[in-house]
Amino acid sequence: MAAAAKAGEATLRHAFGNVLSFFILLLIGVLAFSIRLFSVIKYESVIHEFDPYFNYRVTQFLTKNGIYDFWNWFDDRTWYPLGRVIGGTVYPGLTLTAGTIWWLLNSLNIPLSVETVCVFTAPIFSAFASWATYLLTKEVKGAGAGLTAAALLAMVPSYISRSVAGSYDNEAVAIFALIITFYLYIKTLNTGSLFYATLNAIAYFYMVCSWGGYTFIINLIPMHVLLCIVTGRYSSRLYIAYAPLVVLGTLLAALVPVVGFNAVMTSEHFASFLVFIILHVVALVYYIKGILSPKMFKVAVTLVVSVGLVVCCAVIAILVALVASSPTKGWSGRSLSLLDPTYASKYIPIIASVSEHQPPTWPSYFMDINVLAFLVPAGIIACFLPLSDASSFVVLYIVTSVYFSGVMVRLMLVFAPAACIMSGIALSQAFDVFTRSIKFQLLRILGFSEADAGDGSSANVVPENDAVKVDKSEETIKERPSRKNKKKEKEQMEKAQAEKTSAKSKTEKRLLVLPMELSVIGLLLLVFMGAFYVVHCVWAAAEAYSAPSIVLTSYTHEGLHVFDDFREAYAWLRHNTEVDDKVASWWDYGYQTTAMANRTVIVDNNTWNNTHIATVGTAMSSPEKAAWEIFNSLDVKYVLVVFGGLVGYPSDDINKFLWMVRIGGGVFPHIKEPDYLVGLLLLFVETDGKGFDRVRRTEIGKKYFKLTHFEEVRQS
Amino acid sequence: MARSTGKDAQALFHSLRSAYAATPTTLKIIDLYVGFAVFTALIQVVYMAIVGSFPFNSFLSGVLSCVGTAVLAVCLRIQVNKDNKEFKDLPPERAFADFVLCNLVLHLVIMNFLG
Repeated sequence: MAAAAKAGEATLRHAFGNVLSFFILLLIGVLAFSIRLFSVIKYESVIHEFDPYFNYRVTQFLTKNGIYDFWNWFDDRTWYPLGRVIGGTVYPGLTLTAGTIWWLLNSLNIPLSVETVCVFTAPIFSAFASWATYLLTKEVKGAGAGLTAAALLAMVPSYISRSVAGSYDNEAVAIFALIITFYLYIKTLNTGSLFYATLNAIAYFYMVCSWGGYTFIINLIPMHVLLCIVTGRYSSRLYIAYAPLVVLGTLLAALVPVVGFNAVMTSEHFASFLVFIILHVVALVYYIKGILSPKMFKVAVTLVVSVGLVVCCAVIAILVALVASSPTKGWSGRSLSLLDPTYASKYIPIIASVSEHQPPTWPSYFMDINVLAFLVPAGIIACFLPLSDASSFVVLYIVTSVYFSGVMVRLMLVFAPAACIMSGIALSQAFDVFTRSIKFQLLRILGFSEADAGDGSSANVVPENDAVKVDKSEETIKERPSRKNKKKEKEQMEKAQAEKTSAKSKTEKRLLVLPMELSVIGLLLLVFMGAFYVVHCVWAAAEAYSAPSIVLTSYTHEGLHVFDDFREAYAWLRHNTEVDDKVASWWDYGYQTTAMANRTVIVDNNTWNNTHIATVGTAMSSPEKAAWEIFNSLDVKYVLVVFGGLVGYPSDDINKFLWMVRIGGGVFPHIKEPDYLVGLLLLFVETDGKGFDRVRRTEIGKKYFKLTHFEEVRQS
Repeated sequence: MARSTGKDAQALFHSLRSAYAATPTTLKIIDLYVGFAVFTALIQVVYMAIVGSFPFNSFLSGVLSCVGTAVLAVCLRIQVNKDNKEFKDLPPERAFADFVLCNLVLHLVIMNFLG
């Protein structure tokens, strides 16, 4: 009777907890969505930056012409005269997602424009990403840690910076795909179900479609499998989690045109194949160990080792020869620059010139993840008590992502979910200990004679102890690796505990409980820390990361001044030039020019052809006659330059000029960098004396000259 | 030295054989299927070595489909094996249903990639 009542109350508590979790998750989703809307409120619903304009143009094409034309699209309005095969060089995940959402909404008769869908895709998917973080952390440490981690991810500034409303870039959906792939992998590892393995492969396919960073997944998971094998945690669930993923994943990755045969031929994927082979060898060894007697097994081992070593050496020699024959050892330029941070600056100036590819400074860590920087080490320790497959995976994830985020500031984005998971675990464990102490101390203060205090059990000292102990054993059970028999084990544990003596129960309680005052103060301090975090995140979202680079503001002595120069220039180009006119500019502005001005450009942000960019760079750095000849050979009619000296815009073409020289000099040896450092030869319109390089704080020489080969047509 | 290794190898072979003969027939059928899939993959690799790898996507999809069905069959064997304590609560029908689903996805991708 009492047991039935207790069981009934346990299910009621579970039901209440589930409903509460559901509402908390809903609120977290709303929070993640709304914190990213600052730029829509402050400026307007417009697409930001440079890359999103290309994605927007591609989505427009998709919605207008359908998927078959999109798959086979050859774009002749960029990289004149080369053109670009869009179908084969773009990661289609983002555009297909937004296109699907638009098509779905329109078929439901909700007529949203493509631009609105594109602008709001990122906030929607960040809400999904926080839910995925909840699921992932729940698999690692339980629902409480999951909710905390989800709440942290909804607000972390590093993720906000790449997913504000208007930042329509690959990372908007890719981070969601990353987290859900990891969640499904851990779920398969915990349950050993082939169904989740299939879902894992499909999620991995979505990740490959969305972002070039999928190589992180296909190298991290093999690393984790290797770690599990080496630390003696091999189990058949590991085989089921990894082997189908490799086969299905490679096939699905090869399906995406941008990856194609690179899925089997580049070094970025070799780790997965190597670990695939190693896993099979280990599985075979375990199987044979299981069916043989120990003596025969030893014989087998000596035999196999002597024969197998010879074969192994031969195979390795062939592999090494194959890999060493290619100049970059099979790695792509971007991946190599991750492994050797000085590679890009020596060999590929274009990769080195992108500001997102520079290493981050120390303050950027505190700007981007704030309070989490303190909680991450605590979370790592919490993952080790106890260590399970899932928690070892999360530890590996955070260690590798910390390294890569230290190499390239753009990869702070991959580090953010790991930091949130760790901090969520740490915070939730801390809250656990504090609230448990408070509850225990309160029960002790109110006296054991208070029979019905909180549990509804009979008026007796021993069952009271058992009830409190059952709570703790529930919490320790939460940390078990396999979720499958959780309920059965919990009931067994409860029965076992109920039969123990009260002396042992007293010692157990004493280990897990802190004094009352300490717990209350600790709880308050943790809440304050959370408050600081929230304040910082909202500030970062509102002030630091919500600027759409297409619209600029500056504070003059007259007040706030809004510049729409970019869009006015593009609109002028669109209305006052012929449809077939070619526009030359530095590659930063290529995407925006094609999207908004609808004119053919010479080079754009895709930067796939270094020589072409070097040609434009040479033209920008040469004297007028040479520049005119280069531009004439490319059929260029208009040249677009950006100059920020008048208003203090620091990121203009004068700032980028040195890169034009470097990149041009990388291909055309007559452009030598030292020539330009002393006396700059600029191809600029005459200004009214404001030739001031804001970044280097020097006056530029040779002002007030007249152009002989070029004519200024518009100045804003 | 060589003779003792030879004798050891023979003894090993015998013990392996007798231990394997004790496995139930259902598992032996799955093992046969795995062996058939791997053998087909090997034939395809030999064929490519002779004839050249021109439609590389066809070669890839052919080999990977054989390897994939082998891997999935091994997963099925793991889940259905009664000696496996981790999976004693999993009904074999569920294991087989998962196997069929995963194979469906695999072959859908193969047919798309075959070209």
